[in-house]
Amino acid sequence: MNTIEIEAVLKEEIHRIAPDIDVTTIDRDANLQEEFDIDSMDFLHLVTALSSRFNIDMPQADYPRMMTYNAMTAYLNEHAWSH
Amino acid sequence: MPSLGPDMEAGTLVEWLIKPGDDVHRGDIIAVVETHKGAIEIEVFEDGVLETYLAEIGKTIPVGTPMAVIRGAGQDVPSRDQQLLAAADATTQKKEVAPAEPVHKTAPDTKPDQTVSGSSLPSGKPGMRVRITPAARRRAKESGLDLMSFENPGFGPEGVITLADVEARIDAKPGAPGAAANVAGPMEKSGMRKAIAAAMSRSKREIPHYYLGHTIDLSKAAAFVTQTNANRPPAERLLLGALYLKAVARALGKYPEFNGHFTGDIFHPNAAAHIGMAIRIRGGGLVAPAIHNTESLDLDSVMSAIRDLVSRVRAGRFRSSELSDPTITISSLGDRGVDTLYGVIYPPQVALIGIGTPSTRPWVQDGVLVPRQIANISLAADHRVSDGHQGALFLRAISNFLQAPETL
Repeated sequence: MNTIEIEAVLKEEIHRIAPDIDVTTIDRDANLQEEFDIDSMDFLHLVTALSSRFNIDMPQADYPRMMTYNAMTAYLNEHAWSH
Repeated sequence: MPSLGPDMEAGTLVEWLIKPGDDVHRGDIIAVVETHKGAIEIEVFEDGVLETYLAEIGKTIPVGTPMAVIRGAGQDVPSRDQQLLAAADATTQKKEVAPAEPVHKTAPDTKPDQTVSGSSLPSGKPGMRVRITPAARRRAKESGLDLMSFENPGFGPEGVITLADVEARIDAKPGAPGAAANVAGPMEKSGMRKAIAAAMSRSKREIPHYYLGHTIDLSKAAAFVTQTNANRPPAERLLLGALYLKAVARALGKYPEFNGHFTGDIFHPNAAAHIGMAIRIRGGGLVAPAIHNTESLDLDSVMSAIRDLVSRVRAGRFRSSELSDPTITISSLGDRGVDTLYGVIYPPQVALIGIGTPSTRPWVQDGVLVPRQIANISLAADHRVSDGHQGALFLRAISNFLQAPETL
């Protein structure tokens, strides 16, 4: 899976949770939960979905590395490549 | 048509899930009704056989109106009179009940006055809805399709928009999910707002509230969640919310005067803790459906129940009992809120627990100043049923249970 495909999956899963927010209008370096107006349950749903789509662990200890859209993209790129 | 809360006056039947002649059992989901709060799955209250439909798909039915005749187990086949009555009732209505399955492009004989779409009704009338099957609504929501953009009736029976209609519209409109995303259009919002206004006005009119607040240390609970989740896949992880529900359920065991309904000037305590969870709806409003029997579920089961409930609320579909059963409500501001929530009780309940956003604060413990994870919890309670003394003990009990998260 390449970078473009990985980001497409991320966009799709975020859209499922926050269909009213247009990803092109957000600040990709700001807090993901703030930008998409999602709570901790939504975030857990997002991580659950991404973990299943990419077949990676996404441990809770790594949450600080998933706090922005760009950080999440980088994290997925780093971990999803091996699959 | 069951009442699914003090704010509900009517519901629109969108789907029958059983046919005349089918066996039904208490708790079975037999129909789907559209309300201000979304699509609600209606559960049956008794065992028996569905004899006749009395309500027609697409019709708005006032609360208390019979929707179907159910012959109880062991009861005789209804008398000829009853059958005639049902038949007479059916003929007074314009159309026969039609199945809600997608039907492909039948003759477009649908009368415009039978559809509820943007073009065929006076604009701005509150409570007006696009008629759409639940599956179609879900799909439209997922894809960010604006339901109000359907100017013509769908191809389903009586112009109901079906899944096929929505798919066709999505195909015709590639790559535009972000733009028309807000499915909860202005009409839907005002319906939800009206419902909340009715319930909260009644609450403030009838319930003599008193309020108590307490500052609690959540460090142990938060550490427990972090530790539990460390080796768990995301699908099995806990959130603090599950611990709040369990702690409240345990505390209710000691203080039952906060768990139940106040109806007909009498408080009816409930043995089981059906804890309503306030869940925000994107686009405006909130609902507080119940996690049933929270006292008898373990922490992981409570968490699964919360996940399931939140997913279904987000998808706009939940069960009638989840709306009518809550015996107390918890409203938690989550991690992006403020320190304190002052609740308004949802009638006929008698208490609401508010949980503020936790934050790291200085705390004195054993004479030493230490940083701890602190949150304000509040109680809004009905003075007709309890007093501040019990309220204070109840809040302290919740706090105490949260100090021993491993025992929840």
